[in-house]
Amino acid sequence: MAVDPKAEAALALHRFGTGPRAGSIAAIASDPRGALLAELERPNAARIADPELLTTGAAARAAIAFQQAQRLARQAERAAQQAAPQGADGATPEMKPADQAARTVDSPRPNAGPAVPQQLYLTEAKARINAALNAEIGFAERLAWFWSNHFCVSADKFGVRPICGAYEREAIRANMLGRFGDMLLAVESHPAMLIYLDNARSIGPDSIAGVRQKRGLNENLAREILELHTLGVRSVYSQEDVTRFANVITGWTVIAPRQDAARAGEFVFNPNMHQPGAQTVIGRSYADTGVEQGRAVLAALARHPATAKHVATKLARHFVADEPPPALVERLAKRFLATQGDLKEVTKALVTAPEAWEAPRAKLKRPGEWIIAAYRAVGVTPPDVGPVMQAHNLLGEPLWRPSAPKGFADDSAPWLDGLAQRLDIANQLARRVGGQADPREVFEETLAPLASTETRQAVTRAESRPQALALLFMAPEFQRR
Amino acid sequence: MSLHAPTRRQLLLASGTLFAWAYLPKVARAEGRDPRLLVIVLRGALDGLAAVAPVGDPDWVGLRSDKALTLDGKPPALPLDSFFALNPAMPNLHRLYQAGAATIVHAAATPYRERSHFDGQDVLESGLGKPGATDTGWLNRALASLQPDGRASGRRDAFAVGPIAPLVVRGPAPVLSWTPRRLPPASDDTLTRLMDLYRHTDPALARVLEERIGLATIARAGGMDGEQPRAAGAGQVRAYFAESAGTAAKFLARTDGPRIGALAFDGWDTHAAEGAMNGRLATLLGALDGAIAAIETEMKDAWRETVVAVVTEFGRTARINGTDGTDHGTATVALLAGGALEGGRVVADWPGLKNLHDGRDLRPTTDLRAVLKGLLRDHLRVDDAVLASKVFPDSGAAKPMVGLLRTA
Repeated sequence: MAVDPKAEAALALHRFGTGPRAGSIAAIASDPRGALLAELERPNAARIADPELLTTGAAARAAIAFQQAQRLARQAERAAQQAAPQGADGATPEMKPADQAARTVDSPRPNAGPAVPQQLYLTEAKARINAALNAEIGFAERLAWFWSNHFCVSADKFGVRPICGAYEREAIRANMLGRFGDMLLAVESHPAMLIYLDNARSIGPDSIAGVRQKRGLNENLAREILELHTLGVRSVYSQEDVTRFANVITGWTVIAPRQDAARAGEFVFNPNMHQPGAQTVIGRSYADTGVEQGRAVLAALARHPATAKHVATKLARHFVADEPPPALVERLAKRFLATQGDLKEVTKALVTAPEAWEAPRAKLKRPGEWIIAAYRAVGVTPPDVGPVMQAHNLLGEPLWRPSAPKGFADDSAPWLDGLAQRLDIANQLARRVGGQADPREVFEETLAPLASTETRQAVTRAESRPQALALLFMAPEFQRR
Repeated sequence: MSLHAPTRRQLLLASGTLFAWAYLPKVARAEGRDPRLLVIVLRGALDGLAAVAPVGDPDWVGLRSDKALTLDGKPPALPLDSFFALNPAMPNLHRLYQAGAATIVHAAATPYRERSHFDGQDVLESGLGKPGATDTGWLNRALASLQPDGRASGRRDAFAVGPIAPLVVRGPAPVLSWTPRRLPPASDDTLTRLMDLYRHTDPALARVLEERIGLATIARAGGMDGEQPRAAGAGQVRAYFAESAGTAAKFLARTDGPRIGALAFDGWDTHAAEGAMNGRLATLLGALDGAIAAIETEMKDAWRETVVAVVTEFGRTARINGTDGTDHGTATVALLAGGALEGGRVVADWPGLKNLHDGRDLRPTTDLRAVLKGLLRDHLRVDDAVLASKVFPDSGAAKPMVGLLRTA
């Protein structure tokens, strides 16, 4: 379809990247597919190296320290209230007690700013947004977004907010161009996932802890690994497989502060919580080898043909079409199996497949793709992440906060509802940047090779620059990819 | 809202009004005056004939038939003199005119003779003879040429309202901007254009947007807005105009505030269903009228020393087009209001409606730069030489218009 090299370059940027910036269509027009492949070969592609960002453990411990300080402050407050019930300072529990542990209770309350977990979340969000804004093409970023959503966690679960950014960097970005099996292991043993899907407190009924306590097995993570992360729903597993797999991964948990303050918040295999004995999962028996038992099951799942099909379908659906061409899915699944799940090879197969370029540009961009593309188009870096985060929220894709483990939808239909809200956001962004950007240049640099005559006219005949930019952001060719 | 100097952060986030204040008009102050100038840019090209109609011109009704404003129309136009009448949506401006505090300049145009909004706005705001790359506006350059009056050290120069400073006020003199808490939603015009684009190119998106907008309109009609359903969002437009203009006036009125400000209002590109008497344009003109009233109110005593200049990039076709609107034209009106004016006059070298520019537009007979130069010279005391060289380069033929300001 895309004979015009500029049209293919523009398609590459809209479909596989984070959207064109000034000059980016021209930069890759000689070989758009080669440019996508080259981005995968860059050292540390899609890694985010920012000295401000904390490791999972450090972030978790910062949050734990903050919460402990809060608790102490509340206790001090209660003590003070009991001592002087008519306490004059009008303290309410809503006030930020962050700095108060060290203060006398009757001192004026400082405005402590966002709580530590929220600060960590926003710092990670900013790094991620900047990475997307600054990428040349943004293909690696888009892959990171895809895999992060495939293996999603939610910041709304207690304990996940401070570490969800670190999770994406450490488990997803570090592995997404390596083996699927390595990423799977990194994900399922990451504290963010263990907390999000409740495995951190799942206890084998016959384990030492299980016998001692009343609490027991939680199947949540085991089920979602099979249903969402690997084999796919209604595939080759049964409820018995879920339960037995849940037994296998009992003991995969997170270090509590009282166990080891220096390593609190990090992954640990706790044998005292682990269900003893061999387990049969999907027709294969796994001897009880402690943490290795779970690793073996994950390795087998990563190699399973159903996993190959599931992953291939999702990739094709996300990047190419809501109803992906069967030939493309087949191609990707084959490559997955032939390379033992080498994701760089699978990704290359996606880019070099003719079907990936022939599909009509019918998919509605996800809100995050569209927002970032709009900022990139006008070459503006927002002064702070507030407006970008608000736009994500308003359009139903709050960052790292999906409403269910399935993640945000990969097909277009659910996002159509937000079209009117997109107009509001397009309008506001256009008004904020409309004085600096010439819409005619933005149009030429980002959309011209793909745009209809009608879209060109709508942009060039707008009554003002802000209106022209708003129409450009809303144009079908900018909404769809 | 509370009146505090806008912070750097608000500046970065800002969207539409601007003021300038470090360089204050020293000469004017030596005369014991403290003049204020607020420029309002109407983006999209105001139909000057629908704002101020030549009801005495024998060809007027023939050109516009039932869309022509007349003194016995429904509603009747507001008489200005024996020849011109004001759009009935602007009773405040009419009252000011009668009190001698408003002047209307008709058949005026910038030197731009093409019909692109972006280029036309660039010429209007840059003060240059031609469109082209520029990042300074005539108002800012005029301001930068004024000597600080000595009391201004450490203070700012110009003020703007809205998320982006209009080009007219950008330049070497520092500019602060203030943005209303809530930006207005996309205008009906933007929505109409988008729907039109979707209907022609993407029926699925058209359907979704139609449904959503339909729901929103129903919600609005049933809400507390109190506006008639004919112009959805009219209340929001009025509120936005009044808040922006009123806030600009509050800043300009302060003894330690800026003296020069600029803001821009969108929505004037009325290609279809113009509605000069009771539709979209009437709503916009009514909102502009409310903005002028808000400025008068908030200026308080400083109103006596104020000039508000309302300008637009070009006019619209003299005839109504096939969709009950007007297309891009040439000459139009400039509306001046303020207690400093020698007002109550329509200033026009009327070209008539028989001999139209390019056979379609009101012929320009007054160079808008002459009007603006007259204001800058007699109100702010900007030098003739500076006006001709720095503020409006290549405008030698357009001599500053005399007699716009009260002399007493």
